[in-house]
Amino acid sequence: MRAALPQDALLEDEASRRTYECDGLTGRRSVPDLVILPGTVDEVRAAVRLCHAHGVPFVARGAGTGLSGGSLPVAEGVVIGLSRLDAILDIDLARGRVVVQPGVTNLAVTKAVSSAGWYYAPDPSSQQVCTIGGNVAENSGGAHCLKHGFTVNHVMAADVVLPDGELVTLSRDDSGPDLLGLFVGSEGTLGIVVSATLRLLRTPQAVRTWLAGFESTDKAGDAVSQIISSGILPSAIEMMDSLTIAAAEAAVSAGYPKGAGAVLLVEVDGPLAQVDDDSAAIEAICRACGAFEMRAADTVEERARLWKGRKSAFAAVGRISPNYYVQDGVVPRTKLPEVLRSIAALEAEHGLRIGNVFHAGDGNLHPLVLYDAAIEGQSELAEKVAVKILDLCIEAGGSLTGEHGVGVDKACSMPKLFGADDLGVMLRVRDAIDPAGISNPGKVFPTPRLCGEVPGPYRVHPLERAGLADRF
Amino acid sequence: MDPKLLDDCVHCGFCLPTCPTYQLWGEEMDSPRGRIWLMKATVDGTLELDRTVSERFDRCLGCMACLTSCPSGVQYDRLIELARERVEEEVPRPWRERLLRKVVFALFPYPKRISFALRFASLPAPGPFRPLAELAPPWRERVAPPMVTPARGEKIARVGLLTGCVQSVLFGEVNKATARALAAYGYEVVTPYNECCGALALHAGHREDGHDAANRAYDAFKAAGVDVIVTNAAGCGSHMKDAHLDIPVRDVSELLAAGNAPELHPLPYRVAFQESCHLGHAQRVREEPRAALRSIPGLELLEPADQEICCGSAGIYNLVQPDAARELGNRKAGAVLATTPEIVATANPGCAIQLAASLRRAGTPLPVVHPVELIDAAITGSWEPKSRRHAP
Ligand SMILES: Cc1cc2nc3c(=O)[nH]c(=O)nc-3n(C[C@H](O)[C@H](O)[C@H](O)COP(=O)(O)OP(=O)(O)OC[C@H]3O[C@@H](n4cnc5c(N)ncnc54)[C@H](O)[C@@H]3O)c2cc1C
Ligand code: SF4
Ligand code: SF4
Repeated sequence: MRAALPQDALLEDEASRRTYECDGLTGRRSVPDLVILPGTVDEVRAAVRLCHAHGVPFVARGAGTGLSGGSLPVAEGVVIGLSRLDAILDIDLARGRVVVQPGVTNLAVTKAVSSAGWYYAPDPSSQQVCTIGGNVAENSGGAHCLKHGFTVNHVMAADVVLPDGELVTLSRDDSGPDLLGLFVGSEGTLGIVVSATLRLLRTPQAVRTWLAGFESTDKAGDAVSQIISSGILPSAIEMMDSLTIAAAEAAVSAGYPKGAGAVLLVEVDGPLAQVDDDSAAIEAICRACGAFEMRAADTVEERARLWKGRKSAFAAVGRISPNYYVQDGVVPRTKLPEVLRSIAALEAEHGLRIGNVFHAGDGNLHPLVLYDAAIEGQSELAEKVAVKILDLCIEAGGSLTGEHGVGVDKACSMPKLFGADDLGVMLRVRDAIDPAGISNPGKVFPTPRLCGEVPGPYRVHPLERAGLADRF
Repeated sequence: MDPKLLDDCVHCGFCLPTCPTYQLWGEEMDSPRGRIWLMKATVDGTLELDRTVSERFDRCLGCMACLTSCPSGVQYDRLIELARERVEEEVPRPWRERLLRKVVFALFPYPKRISFALRFASLPAPGPFRPLAELAPPWRERVAPPMVTPARGEKIARVGLLTGCVQSVLFGEVNKATARALAAYGYEVVTPYNECCGALALHAGHREDGHDAANRAYDAFKAAGVDVIVTNAAGCGSHMKDAHLDIPVRDVSELLAAGNAPELHPLPYRVAFQESCHLGHAQRVREEPRAALRSIPGLELLEPADQEICCGSAGIYNLVQPDAARELGNRKAGAVLATTPEIVATANPGCAIQLAASLRRAGTPLPVVHPVELIDAAITGSWEPKSRRHAP
């Protein structure tokens, strides 16, 4: 690597490598042997080629905000950090497209085009820091994905360095199977994105945000179901419960209704006339469902104030608890109240506080399990509770992850949702692109090493039997 | 170091984008999150506090942008202060650095010595001192406000102006303008203390010295019987506020906002306001200086992009980390110039020196002033930017 890359692209000293030992899932750590910070696409390719030639595993890393351990380094492997590839390469407003390098932050895309009346729709709460590369890898979403879709709906093409160092362009316009679609959400297991062409949307004529305070999550959940079934498609419906409201108040003085057991944030966008119509209907529904306080905001500043509490909710929980575990699961919208009650029962049973903040519109839950790592056994307990929550989601007919990905965190839960045949097919696809298994190994798929002696329905793959691949 | 303070950090990374060193190098260990991680590792004993670690703390500008961007309320100001103290105690520095720091600390807190040294700044400087010489503004006569400036009209309060060390030598005019402006807004202004308040020492890891100096200043103001201590240098203001004295400390702009504004003459200029980190991030005083500038008829207030990013001045940073400081200064000059201003205003002497030097390098030496100088000019109606010998 020293011969192939400039000295300042290599971080070799222990202190520097230590700072890369984990992402947002800080409980899982592993210090990489080397961190590479390429400054050009060629340097990415050179690094990957060398890894391939020597069978060294590599892990791509954006801003390290992932919450499922996706960029957790592999021991005796390298981390390839894309933070220095942070240029916006092209802005083509006539076609509503931008081309960006992977280290560009999500918010920087919108900032670059907002004055011209455009924006980039997927908006994870971490948008000020998370990178487009990480977004593509995780198929990240955000509050506004209810109406506008996830990252996968907004990536039109991507240049990708495959695990053998080959550079390919994947595009929506390609004929044949949707390889771009396959790549989005593959969590770094199929290679490294080195540029992405993104679709922009026009800033809507009008946007209105409603804040509604309810006595309980039951009542708020009821309002959500009724809004959706009335045929309105808000751009976002977000819910926070009393615990996360308290955290957000402490952090940013969000000014949410006092004494609320739940707040809803409902946003509608589009032509003004439609926004007015939808707004009136939403207000009526919320009030009928028991909203005791409602506020609307139209201007950017006022809306930002309403959103502020929601956007900083995760991090704000750091103020009321030394540690917390963010879970990410999906349930059918109609099962929301039921699952929330079961979560409350888990809270009582295990004595750990659980806060709920979620994309209510599409049933994507983000329960926050609060714990104190300094208390013996609490970390393990929190993880156990988080897994139980996931079980609740699956039982309710939902799914393992809405947007944070599988990573290492949920690899062992995969067999709960997918049968042996499903997993086998997924593994074969991965093998086809990364036969040596060096691109972010140990993530997404359950392995005996990761999941202990009973790895679920894991079967030896023909390639492994043939001695061609043995890293799973 | 207090593990509780470290535990506040949940590793979310929200502080990365506004950290100037992360912007420059894109390296985790040169970000707030990375620095806190290193502090944790050295505290729990899994990593030795050696030069490879302490360098990461040295490279921190102490700009406190991470205080603003952190949603978890991490007290990074306290953390870096404690980390620096540990570094000064435990990690030996190479001789060149030791020498430079010695000189800086023998010079800066003492107004007379700065004044003396400036006479020689145009001579060629030896290696480690070159950045110091490069930034040095031309020598000038020291001027100071009177010991007492009576309030105009009804007196709101008796306030003690901290004239500061760097400020009093290089920006005596700013002190005079501050006293005049405050008087016009209804404050009686006295200047009982004309030494360093200890901010520079504290930010460089000499915590005791920093606190001692703040206490000396306090004693002088107490003896003078002031109701409020007022600062016009953001760095000093944040240091004095942090000292938790029993006399309130306010930035001059906060007092202007609460004062009785006189009639102001128009100043028809485009003025770019660059927020000082220690005013915005550390003191959270953002609206007041802008409101003051906006209150001047005809003045067009401009906001450069990336307002939250440090200009690279940061106390003694531009002396001990010259390359990074120069690069940040260049970026700042670019953002400021993009607003096509006629005048640049900033509320801290270090920022003014850095901005002026960066604008000079960019070939556009615009006048750099303190907002209060514009207020003062609007009060008297005499402002001639073209004829005034600007700089620094
Ligand atoms: C406070 C907080 C709030 C969050 N809110 C949301 C939310 O609302 N919605 C949401 O979806 N997520 C959310 N997340 C999770 C996280 O921000 C996203 O998963 C994000 O997309 C990760 O981006 P990153 O740049 O930090 O990537 P990293 O964490 O560095 O990496 C994530 C994964 O992407 C891979 N990767 C990174 N760059 C590349 C690349 N160039 N090519 C290939 N693979 C790559 C890594 O190997 C890893 O598997 C949140 C996280 C935090 C801390
Ligand atoms: S004080 Fe400034 S330079 Fe230091 S870590 Fe915080 S943001 Fe970065
Ligand atoms: S300092 Fe604050 S913003 Fe930065 S990683 Fe820690 S908790 Fe997040």
